[in-house]
Amino acid sequence: MSLDDLYKEVILDHYKSPRNKRPLPGATVSKNRNNPLCGDEITVHARLDDDRVAEVTFEGQGCSISQASASMLTEATHGKTVGEADALAREFRGMMEGTVDPDEDAFGDLVALKGVVKYPVRIKCAVLGWDVLQEALGRPAGD
Amino acid sequence: MAAVEEAALDAKRIREDFPILSREMSGKPLVYLDSAATSQKPRRVIQAVTEFYERSNANVHRGVYELGAEATELFEGARATIAGFLGAPEPNSFVFTRGSTESINLVAHAWGRRFLEDGDQVLLTELEHHSNIVPWQLCARDTGAELSYVPITDDGLIDLDAVAASFTGRTRLVAITGQSNVLGTRPPIREIAEMAHEAGAKILVDAAQFASHNPVDVVELDVDFLTVAGHKMLGPTASGGLYGRPELLEEMDPFLGGGEMIMEVHPSTSTYKEPPWKFEAGTMNIAQEIGLAAAVDYLTEIGMKNVADHERELTAYALERLTAAGATVFGTHDPDLRGGAISFWFEDIHPHDLAQVLGDQGVAIRAGHHCAQILMRRLGVPATARASFHVYSTPEDVDALVEGLEAARQVFG
Repeated sequence: MSLDDLYKEVILDHYKSPRNKRPLPGATVSKNRNNPLCGDEITVHARLDDDRVAEVTFEGQGCSISQASASMLTEATHGKTVGEADALAREFRGMMEGTVDPDEDAFGDLVALKGVVKYPVRIKCAVLGWDVLQEALGRPAGD
Repeated sequence: MAAVEEAALDAKRIREDFPILSREMSGKPLVYLDSAATSQKPRRVIQAVTEFYERSNANVHRGVYELGAEATELFEGARATIAGFLGAPEPNSFVFTRGSTESINLVAHAWGRRFLEDGDQVLLTELEHHSNIVPWQLCARDTGAELSYVPITDDGLIDLDAVAASFTGRTRLVAITGQSNVLGTRPPIREIAEMAHEAGAKILVDAAQFASHNPVDVVELDVDFLTVAGHKMLGPTASGGLYGRPELLEEMDPFLGGGEMIMEVHPSTSTYKEPPWKFEAGTMNIAQEIGLAAAVDYLTEIGMKNVADHERELTAYALERLTAAGATVFGTHDPDLRGGAISFWFEDIHPHDLAQVLGDQGVAIRAGHHCAQILMRRLGVPATARASFHVYSTPEDVDALVEGLEAARQVFG
């Protein structure tokens, strides 16, 4: 087990230079959640255009894994339909549970988070933003 | 290194008594700096538990046969040992519980719900662990009592003027930590006890951390309740208890109902045993308390003053090294006013990331809110990294921590 598996360069890049980390004027939905175990906090704002995620941003504070995952999420779901974004969230959670081997093309940067699987305590950090997204899209996890 | 030459105790020799300290973590020698979460156990404690199960196991207070009497004698002997360690006037003023959390819940149920009334005040502080907040919130919900919090100073200290200003005519209880699990701060308990009593209030000291690292004398401190967490003082998990002033234990309600705590049971009422047995329903944590008594004997041989002096030296050394390395240490930097729990931030690295990189170096520290969200808000951070010590901790452990910070800087810098 190597720390390099966890802190890959692309993760550190998203952490240090988060994408779409800002409020979203005109957002149609905003949801917030924190992880009571560690205090990590993420808000996801989305502007839905009919069934499409026209724009998605996040705000929050927390560890590199939670913040990088949220940053990647905004890029990965931009322009997708609600159904597609929800499917991606489910697939991402599957990757974290070790049950889904991700399609690298569809996952893009998100593949870098695969190393988190080896650090069970940190999986909840990686999944936090996706939980919030699904709640914002009206498709809460577990449904 | 001055810290080594003036050592209050021989930590290197003491380390040999702790089997776990010779293992590795992540392929590196284990550097255990999370004793405020739970302490490691000396061989003697592990053996006391094993020996009880191998030679003396029977339920207590029941069997008329020799083995049952032997188990009872060991169990009640443990009570006397632990009560003596706390300076309690009599063994029966010490109630066995699973630890500090259960002890505080016991007082909130058996004293709080019995005696607190609508509009009474329970005075807490911003330093408190959730275990000394939530039981009082539940109790307040049921009784109509109100909770107030004594604010801390910017240095994380409890100022006596602030305590005095927090009393109302309705203050019935001051529930306060003896030593913060986050900042190491030690409030002046003796003085606060005097203020509480002058105001006609009782005082409960959450000594989960305090009793594990300092000499305690409940009579000298003049406190009404004091809680003990055995697993933080080299004892087994689920060991510990509650010191209560005998006359208070007498007038309190029972806590859990069940076998062993009763005298007579009738269809709609029962009569109860005398304290402390009134509070000890069901089969108790017998082996654990016997293990805790072995831990107390071990600590007594070292001497609690030496334990406190050792941690003072180590804390001073750690404060100096961490600050020099560029870490921001929360709370007072005066080692006379704090114990060996050191919360800090390093650069802008989130504590979880820091703890992860340190863990990879074999260094175990805690990251998070440490069950003290009210204090975290006061400090203005979501979480901290925390290093904490016990008798087996050495300056070399601190050196490994500081080296680990450098590794973290390289990953996140």
